[in-house]
Amino acid sequence: MARSLAGFLVLLLVISICEAASLFQPISDSHRSAALELFTLDHGSFKSLEETYEALRTFQILGIEKKPDVTSAACRSISETVGSSSSTPKDLFYALKANSIAQCKIHEKASKGIISSLNAAVSGASSLLDFYYSVGGLVLIKDQSSNADIHLADAEGVFRSVKAFSQSDGRWRYSSNNPESSAFAAGIALETLAGIVSLASSELDQSLISTLRNDVSKLFDSIEKYDDGTLYFDDKLVDGREYQGPLSTTSSVLRGLTAFAAVTTGNINLPGDKILGLAKFFLGIGVPGDAKDFFYQIDALACLESNRVSIPLILSLSSAVISVTKKDSLKVRVTTVLGSNAPPLTVKLVGAFSSGSKDASLVESQELKFDQGSGLHILNDLPESIDVGSYTFVFEVVLQEPEDEKVYVTGSQTKAPIFVTGLIKIENSEIAVLDSDLGSVESQNKLDLAGKNAVSLSANHLQKLRLSFQLSTPRGRAFKPHQTFLKLRHESKVEHIFVVGNSGKKFEVVLNFLGLVEKFYYLSGKYDMELTVGDAAMENSLLVAIGHIELDLPEAPEKAPRPPLQPVDPYSRYGPKAEITHIFRAPEKRPPQELSLAFLGLTILPLLGFLIGLLRLGVNMKNFPTKPVPATFAILFHVGIGAVLLLYMFFWLKLDLFQTLKVVSLLGVFLVFVGHRTLSHLAAASAKLKSA
Amino acid sequence: MAREKSSKGNAQALFHSLRSAYAATPVNLKIIDLYVGFAVFTALIQVVYMASVGSFPFNSFLSGVLSCVGTAVLAVCLRIQVNKENKEFKDLPPERAFADFVLCNLVLHLVIMNFLG
Repeated sequence: MARSLAGFLVLLLVISICEAASLFQPISDSHRSAALELFTLDHGSFKSLEETYEALRTFQILGIEKKPDVTSAACRSISETVGSSSSTPKDLFYALKANSIAQCKIHEKASKGIISSLNAAVSGASSLLDFYYSVGGLVLIKDQSSNADIHLADAEGVFRSVKAFSQSDGRWRYSSNNPESSAFAAGIALETLAGIVSLASSELDQSLISTLRNDVSKLFDSIEKYDDGTLYFDDKLVDGREYQGPLSTTSSVLRGLTAFAAVTTGNINLPGDKILGLAKFFLGIGVPGDAKDFFYQIDALACLESNRVSIPLILSLSSAVISVTKKDSLKVRVTTVLGSNAPPLTVKLVGAFSSGSKDASLVESQELKFDQGSGLHILNDLPESIDVGSYTFVFEVVLQEPEDEKVYVTGSQTKAPIFVTGLIKIENSEIAVLDSDLGSVESQNKLDLAGKNAVSLSANHLQKLRLSFQLSTPRGRAFKPHQTFLKLRHESKVEHIFVVGNSGKKFEVVLNFLGLVEKFYYLSGKYDMELTVGDAAMENSLLVAIGHIELDLPEAPEKAPRPPLQPVDPYSRYGPKAEITHIFRAPEKRPPQELSLAFLGLTILPLLGFLIGLLRLGVNMKNFPTKPVPATFAILFHVGIGAVLLLYMFFWLKLDLFQTLKVVSLLGVFLVFVGHRTLSHLAAASAKLKSA
Repeated sequence: MAREKSSKGNAQALFHSLRSAYAATPVNLKIIDLYVGFAVFTALIQVVYMASVGSFPFNSFLSGVLSCVGTAVLAVCLRIQVNKENKEFKDLPPERAFADFVLCNLVLHLVIMNFLG
């Protein structure tokens, strides 16, 4: 009978593993420091009354001391809004909300003015938000002013008009002309209706309240779920501007729900695990980075901390990593969402399962000892069956007082991922060189893998290398680490890695060099040996140099593969490169200067010969004109030619073509004119001679 | 032997007759011939220089040689035009031919100077 019951329980536990194991942490000091950073004054005041309220409320919930500058800035904006007659109900609402925390004094006259304007707003309200601000404002001022006689004139009428915005699926609309409905609006509506109930001068019709309870249950039917067991509300994304997001929507619904539960007398029957799921949703966010998100999270958790529906209790671990060798104990804490103490309860460890295996629980169900001083539930010694590795522990929380069951909700079972580490014993480690055929040991060395080794071996391609060792867990069981590698590195930095296989506790690798010759690229020489044994659960993972081995391998044949190029030190890529020296074209061999000068002289010779020949021929200047005018022209002609030749010399020496052409064109024109005059005069003279 | 002697004698006789015929040419033509000879000699010397030391600044060599050859060609043209026995250029006054010669030489030498480098 007991056996079948146990078997059934085991089956139940196995099925429940299908859900992912995750733990949620309650609010801690990291939240408090983040709040101080996020909610800061911008030039001495917050941007709006809404933000003022959010900052004050967050500080109040987290128990952060009120800073004087924050309070004075808040009081300033509150009194400004309260005093002004043109403040809208929304401004008054947030001012009064902030004032409920800041507790600044409001004048009697001002509060009277507020009451009358809010009453007028209630009667003139047409949309959900109008009702929300005006009714909410009246509720707040009732608590804050000395005048306790604030009632809603026609509470039932107002109730019905707000209820008119509800829809059949539990959601609410914002106004009669806007058909869009949302869960966020539902939360606001519930808060407003709770306010109406509290302001009513006489009892409201109970049927109204019970229909509202039905609406709440229908709303909770539309709750959505994530894989890790968290629940939340979300609206359909229709209009980007109006979309609120799951965080603010869920927060609004929770606010409405708890406000409503606070004013009604009966019970709102909501399953406790839905509340627990909502609590996990808010805790699962961690520390938000945005002030608004932070406020929504903290405000919702404050609603969950104390409400009339059910208060969730959160189980958390101080550390999810436990060392078997150091004999750590498992410490569990159960608190409310904001970290306050839980009522008397016991925590039981009902099962522990190795991750990734569907075997039965490794531990018997046992109770954890409660330490009054620290508020922790402690399991001092891990059971023998828990060895190194990763596990899922299943806890169950049982409340000691039966009345607490109505107030608190703990959840059936909480799964927590636990990682157990420990020192792994490495024994009998040795390295040997064996003769291939006979298997006889040629040389053997014992290794101390925990310390330094400098083994020196030598082998040729006909032999084998064997490395073996034993691993066992602190509890004495076999252990297979994630990494067991033997690396051989040649002098030329070529590396080879081999996995060390195991059978049970014994780990061994045998390198048969005959088969590895080609893999080693026929490189003989000194190889450094390095052993790596590592695992996440191993506290003494090691990477040790064992020593070196001189390998004598045969010569590489023609077609053998070359070893891959070893990567150069990557930083040398950015170092300076080899300097490039430009090799200029070797200048042509020039002849010796004397030879060139000699030939220059030789070139002048024909000119001299020409001049001498001219003299021998009897050259004379008889035809040179004697009369002054033609003589001038003749002289100018010769001067002109000489000038052109001079210009050519300058052209060769330093002028460029364009300058030369410019001058030559001028000289040419001059020369043509002068030459024409001279030659025509000569022609006339010779014609005269001929005719004469 | 006799043929050799006769051929030798023939060559000598030919040379002498050429020489005497040449003496009959007018002086201005002889001047032009001398000028042509001078230009060709200068060109030859330049070629010998290039042959001995290599043609490294080839453009300079070309411009030098072409200057000589060019001016020789222009002088030959001048000779043709000035020669009174040449019926083709009977109407062309020699001064005009000379003016052409000067102008063409100036243009030639501008180009040569540009190419000399």
